[in-house]
Amino acid sequence: MYTFSSKLKTFSYALMIVGLIGVAYGFLSTPNSVEDVKVLLEESHASHDEAAVSHEPEAHVVAEESNTTAHSDDTHAEHAFHYLKNKPWSALYVALFFFFMLSLGALAFYAIQHAAQAGWSVVLFRVMEGITAYLPVGAILLFVFFVLSSLHFNHLFIWMDADVVAHDELIQNKAGYLNVPFFLIRAAIYMAGWIAYRQYARKLTLAQDNATDLSNYTKLFKSSAAFLVFFLVSESMMSWDWIMSLDPHWFSTLFGWYVFASMIVSAITTIALVSIYLKGKGYLEFVNNSHMHDLAKFMFGFSIFWTYLWFSQFMLIWYADIPEEVTYFVSRFNEYKIPFLGMLVLNFVFPLLVLMNSDFKRVNWFIVCTGLVILFGHYIDIFVMIMPATVGDQWFIGIPEISSVLLIAGIFIYVVFTALSKAPLLAKGNPFIKESEHFHY
Amino acid sequence: MSSKVIQAMYNDDDILMDAVKEVRAAHHHIEEVYTPFPVHGLDKAMGLKGTRIAITAFMYGCVGFSFAIWMMNYMMIEQWPQDIGGKPSFTFFQNMPAFVPIMFELSVFFAAHLMVITFYMRSRLWPFKEAENPDPRTTDDMFVMEVAVDGNEKELISFLENTGTVEIKVTEK
Repeated sequence: MYTFSSKLKTFSYALMIVGLIGVAYGFLSTPNSVEDVKVLLEESHASHDEAAVSHEPEAHVVAEESNTTAHSDDTHAEHAFHYLKNKPWSALYVALFFFFMLSLGALAFYAIQHAAQAGWSVVLFRVMEGITAYLPVGAILLFVFFVLSSLHFNHLFIWMDADVVAHDELIQNKAGYLNVPFFLIRAAIYMAGWIAYRQYARKLTLAQDNATDLSNYTKLFKSSAAFLVFFLVSESMMSWDWIMSLDPHWFSTLFGWYVFASMIVSAITTIALVSIYLKGKGYLEFVNNSHMHDLAKFMFGFSIFWTYLWFSQFMLIWYADIPEEVTYFVSRFNEYKIPFLGMLVLNFVFPLLVLMNSDFKRVNWFIVCTGLVILFGHYIDIFVMIMPATVGDQWFIGIPEISSVLLIAGIFIYVVFTALSKAPLLAKGNPFIKESEHFHY
Repeated sequence: MSSKVIQAMYNDDDILMDAVKEVRAAHHHIEEVYTPFPVHGLDKAMGLKGTRIAITAFMYGCVGFSFAIWMMNYMMIEQWPQDIGGKPSFTFFQNMPAFVPIMFELSVFFAAHLMVITFYMRSRLWPFKEAENPDPRTTDDMFVMEVAVDGNEKELISFLENTGTVEIKVTEK
């Protein structure tokens, strides 16, 4: 049995408190009116002029403004005002989605291992179950967030705003799908389905520990297969609802897979990191370096899979250059160049070169270093998916963004390690347990 | 140096593995082991070094990648930078996404094919090559371990007989 060390508990509380203070600061420091933003903008323009810094998009805006009346200055300030108002909300949303994605991806991986009757991963099942324990908590937090959004506490989802929809024929045509009640019902259905499988699977594996026959195991196998069917449909729709609808004028067919790739690679990385932590504390003596080698192979493979989907989506849109599709990447390329291109280095080049060697994949500190880079890279990935639609050119990774991550990370660590301490770390009733304990590659 | 070898035959891979370990422990030199299929762990038991073919494959992949970049840059950007459907052929990076499929395929092509050719050369395999197996049964159901005779031949034979062999031949190499 694992006992939640008091040090880690204090650490997670500290993260939550620091994060909460930062998030509160983020909400309090948003400008109160358009007038404040004008002052801010003038200040920043002045400081830019002093430093003689001018980059292309800004020069472009200035050139455009000189041709039009002073009215455009007002609209510019109003845009910036909405963006700045959205900033703490978006920061919280990115963090909420990122940690929810870790546990949802871990659940998908867990179901795949059961449905595929994998022999190697049985010793890691309790770690995965611990990580998926965040799922109900994260789902409630996200759902509350969506309810607040639909009550117009923020303007992340512009299609929820009746004024915007009234003047936008494109969104009106999508209103059959993109309307608030249906959105919330869909979110509730996905979340209920995922949580139901998670709780059911947990109940069955705990029952299997003391069972004399394999009936729990068989039920788990069947429910995992059924869950995977549900998951692939719901995950795809979830990515349209929760992320793609932030840009309601834009659409992409492989978006669901792209989000899934990001999800599964960060989830496997989290499984590896938690396993290495627990093994370092001496709780997983049955996990050997061949298990870590397999996890690192999955990290490597899914990193490349993510890149493949990222590039497929980017290249098809770049190549055809159809205006209504390409704006998505134009805004990302002009205003988010460093995170947009930087995440390719973090999520592809770094894991490719570090995890290619078979020997390196057995060395824990290599896995930890690459894992942290991958997790950071996929945070940036989610950031670049969400931020351009909600805060536009006003993005910055500052106090609201970092403290949102700290807050949710604190909750995540607290929930996951509490769940890990609730059950033995070896699922001893599984018929493949002997094979998994002696797994050697 | 005597050029005599003893060929000890086995009919089971588990017995063969044990025999290899015993012979190695007794410090006799195993010239070669012939098996009809890959025996898992035999290379470790014989003390063979790990293969470096993956490293060569990586280097060949780098060659293919560089070749693709050089070729596309030379043809599409430097030699005749034509406007084809509005694609920006001013610099390599502006048009790079269109080259990536070729860069990828050539990396894989070079890595795969040159690695296979390396394998053939290092293991001396080619068409019309004369087969080297000491006994035709080794391709079917028999395992043969060749041990070099170094010193007392009779002692070595009686030692091998105790390792579960089903047949022993002494041949000149």
